[in-house]
Amino acid sequence: MAKSLTLLTLGRSALLFLALLIFPVLLSSPAQAETPTKLYGVITSSEDEPLSDIGISILGPDGFSSQAATNEQGDWEVPILSKGSYSITINVDDLPEGQALTNPDKGTVKANVFMLGVDLRILFPIGPGIVQSSLLERSAQLTLDGILLGLVIALAALGLSLIFGTTGLTNFAHGEILTLAGLLTYYLSAIVGLPVLAAAPLAVLLGALISGFLQDKYLWKPLRRRGTGLIAMLVISIGLAIFLRYFFLFIFGGDTRQLPQYAGQAGIELGLLSFTPKSILTTVIGILLILGATLWLLRTRMGKASRAVADNPALASASGIDVQKVIRAVWILGAALASYAGVIVTINQGVSFLMGQDMLLLIFAAVTLGGLGTANGALVGSLIIGLFVQLSTLFIPTELKYVGALIVLILILIIRPQGILGKKERIG
Amino acid sequence: MDFLFITQQTLSATIGVNTIIFALAAIGLNMHFGYTGLLNFGQAGFLAIGAYSVAVPVISFGLPLWMAFLIGIFNSVIFALLLGVPTLRLRADYLAIVTIAAAEIVRQIARSATFNSTLGGSDGITGKFGADFFALNPFKSGIDTPILRFNANDLWVVITGWSLVAFIVFIMWVMVNSPWGRLMRAIREDEDAVRSLGKNVYLYKMQSLIIGGVIGTCGGFVYALSRQSVQPDNYGTALTFFAYTVLILGGAARVFSPVIGAMIFWFLIVFIEQVLRQGVSNNLIPDWLIGANQVSQIRFMLMGLGLMLLMIYRPQGIFGDRKELALDAKA
Amino acid sequence: MQRHSGSGSDFVEVTAQTPGSAKPDPILIADHITRTFGGLTAVNVAHLEIQRGSITALIGPNGAGKTTFFNLLTGYDSPNSGSWSFNEIALNGIPSHKVARLGMVRTFQLTKALYRLTVLENMALGARGQKGESLFTSLFPWLWRAQEKEITEKALSILTNFKLIEKKDDFAAALSGGQRKLLEMARALMVEPEMVMLDEPMAGVNPALKQSLLEHIKDLRNEGKTVLFVEHDMDMVREISDWVVVMAQGEVIAEGTPTSVMKNEQVIEAYLGAHHDVDLSAEGKK
Repeated sequence: MAKSLTLLTLGRSALLFLALLIFPVLLSSPAQAETPTKLYGVITSSEDEPLSDIGISILGPDGFSSQAATNEQGDWEVPILSKGSYSITINVDDLPEGQALTNPDKGTVKANVFMLGVDLRILFPIGPGIVQSSLLERSAQLTLDGILLGLVIALAALGLSLIFGTTGLTNFAHGEILTLAGLLTYYLSAIVGLPVLAAAPLAVLLGALISGFLQDKYLWKPLRRRGTGLIAMLVISIGLAIFLRYFFLFIFGGDTRQLPQYAGQAGIELGLLSFTPKSILTTVIGILLILGATLWLLRTRMGKASRAVADNPALASASGIDVQKVIRAVWILGAALASYAGVIVTINQGVSFLMGQDMLLLIFAAVTLGGLGTANGALVGSLIIGLFVQLSTLFIPTELKYVGALIVLILILIIRPQGILGKKERIG
Repeated sequence: MDFLFITQQTLSATIGVNTIIFALAAIGLNMHFGYTGLLNFGQAGFLAIGAYSVAVPVISFGLPLWMAFLIGIFNSVIFALLLGVPTLRLRADYLAIVTIAAAEIVRQIARSATFNSTLGGSDGITGKFGADFFALNPFKSGIDTPILRFNANDLWVVITGWSLVAFIVFIMWVMVNSPWGRLMRAIREDEDAVRSLGKNVYLYKMQSLIIGGVIGTCGGFVYALSRQSVQPDNYGTALTFFAYTVLILGGAARVFSPVIGAMIFWFLIVFIEQVLRQGVSNNLIPDWLIGANQVSQIRFMLMGLGLMLLMIYRPQGIFGDRKELALDAKA
Repeated sequence: MQRHSGSGSDFVEVTAQTPGSAKPDPILIADHITRTFGGLTAVNVAHLEIQRGSITALIGPNGAGKTTFFNLLTGYDSPNSGSWSFNEIALNGIPSHKVARLGMVRTFQLTKALYRLTVLENMALGARGQKGESLFTSLFPWLWRAQEKEITEKALSILTNFKLIEKKDDFAAALSGGQRKLLEMARALMVEPEMVMLDEPMAGVNPALKQSLLEHIKDLRNEGKTVLFVEHDMDMVREISDWVVVMAQGEVIAEGTPTSVMKNEQVIEAYLGAHHDVDLSAEGKK
């Protein structure tokens, strides 16, 4: 069927071509009287079916302008009166779903009428167009994107939630842990020259060391020891965030940096979905890390101790748990996870000094949604926020997708302030 | 190094437009946080509302400026209600998160392409929406003395701005020293105790939120009018945090301390910036260390560092009483 | 034991000494109040009536649900079920500040003296119907100055009565624990309540101040107010209460005069069961 159609189309095109060549020759006897001349054509689909009601607009010399539409046979025609150059445009919006110009740049055809009395056929080759993604396909892809985003948020949120649970600190500088790791990855690979596969884990280790171990040891522990209030610590973390953000800007400049490898990786199509190998690999490692962290919390002594401290520090301490050591461990773990989140984003999208700030609100939203201070809550909340942010673009403009997530956050706080998994607080 | 120029710039900035804007933002925060204990992290949102309310009605709808001011105050009250109704019954942290989220929503919508036609998108709005205001300017020329320099328009803004600040500070002083003010301070201490005395705490917190928000909105008026331009990215979370810096610097819970805090803040910022700039251009500071266009980044770094050091070593600020400190309390 | 006779204590003669017994003139009636947290039933009170103008003690071992019950009655917590009324006004769903305005004022186990306000400011705060507390009126001092003066005078007289007058300009934070308790009680009086609910008023108070507190509580009854207090200090309970209600594991297990209740088998069982080594006299708890 297709073959004969192609032959048919070829045949027609050939005839047309011949006609266009021969006609002027055959009719070369000058007929300068007002011989009726027209521009015309047939619009047919890639299956060779006539397409009706397709709009054609024509602009010509001396301000000539006209419109036409194809009839049920797909024919259109526009009479013209003078020689000159004409521009004929097909209205691609009128084309049915699945049909498009084979060459999208040829939506306007220029024709030079140098002789009247000769009708000029205008060609608009139509082929199977870029299939407009159906709602199902878009939803599936966005769901995948949502899960990936949710994972990144979860890696950061887990640490934030644990730190809040064990120390009471709402850490406004948490986003900067991601940025630091991303910038370190960039530095180690682009400037020092390590392969990304080596730079990334190294960045995570350095992140755990600097953003976790050193930060707790030299900043937060001394403050806790002084008895600094929680709100004061919150404000200090804000100052730290601002300092770090502009420090990164100072050192690395304002552009988004891409890593030297894997930056422009081609996507793979799998059924309804499209993704790159790097996104799958980084995601799988991320999931493994989260599983590892969850196992640590549930099975190891240190992990169980941190849950105890998060629940009731005084009681935990009285039972012989070294609370400061637990807090140190939580900071290191939280920083490692968040650093890896920064690495994921850097590998897949690049890194800039604003990465932390952009992510921070989403992380807070996730933690609040899931229930402040609970690890499972952070995971659940992150997934929901990630999915919501991506899927909301089905209904609202992409640039406002964060707004949607924030509105959801506010609504949840109204309806269920303890979050999804949080415990309702006793009053009085 | 042109010390005369540095002095002139620094002193002008100390009583200049930015100081007025930040003083107003911080006075509003003082009402919220200093006196009532409300953690409002969305003050930038109130300023944004003020700024856009002054520009949009005039430019897009041709309304007179005085009406735009009223619209701004009205919008500010609505915003405060939207923030307060869901959150004032909840824990303090929740108000913090909701207010940050709300201010971010305001900024995202303001800079979105979707509302481009009215709100100007990411480029904001620039235009002569302040024409009515500047028409009243009696100064034909600015002043140019060794210690102060202002052009005619800025001079007018500075004079009217400080009058506004003085008026607001006076009103606040009266309120804070009244039984209403006492009630606010009590709420800051312990809401349950205040409820046990029969007071409707929720209502009073809402009043505080609205008042502090409207004062912040006045800051937005000044911000937009002084530059005759509104840029959405100027009203991000950084603005709120710097307003807190100003508040803490002056010492929260004193009526005039946000003003002093704002003056000191801008004095230091501009002084350091001028010194750095001159140092760079006179090659006193090597180029590899700090480039000419990196000076403003250093400025922000120092602001962040300054906030940290302030909170660590002198959280009561300059005038605060350590004992009276809201910030010392465990959340 | 000297008892000041008055309607406050007369009802003792005519009231059955059983849990949930009816009182001749109840100011507070509670029915089927339950409160559960997760799987734990904290409060399960079938019926309770408090006699107007009496001093009633609410006792019971730790964890009996006394403070939770207090919170439920005063609107600081919502019960899972039940209804209660104060002066025949139903209190279900009434927020805590409105409960206070109706005349039922409570103090807290952990004193809530407002630390960064002075003693005098703490007192003045308690006054009701202050014009100066309205936003608009506060802007015009001449509208509220006169009332403020009256309030100050009243506060000063109560402070004198409570022997806190010298501390009037000190921050509440500067007072000792016992003085703060006194302040909280004094402040509650500024509200002119009909019923005062004291949550462990003796906790952390030195013996000298204890006597002072006891006298003040008796004064409350003499002025016609009803007092309901939670306590562990049995001597105090014996000395001033007209009536005792005993709670254990969320339920009211006994009611009656102090002497009869102390002899009650179930009560002894409840205390012994909970703390078998507890001494039921003065040095027992705290």
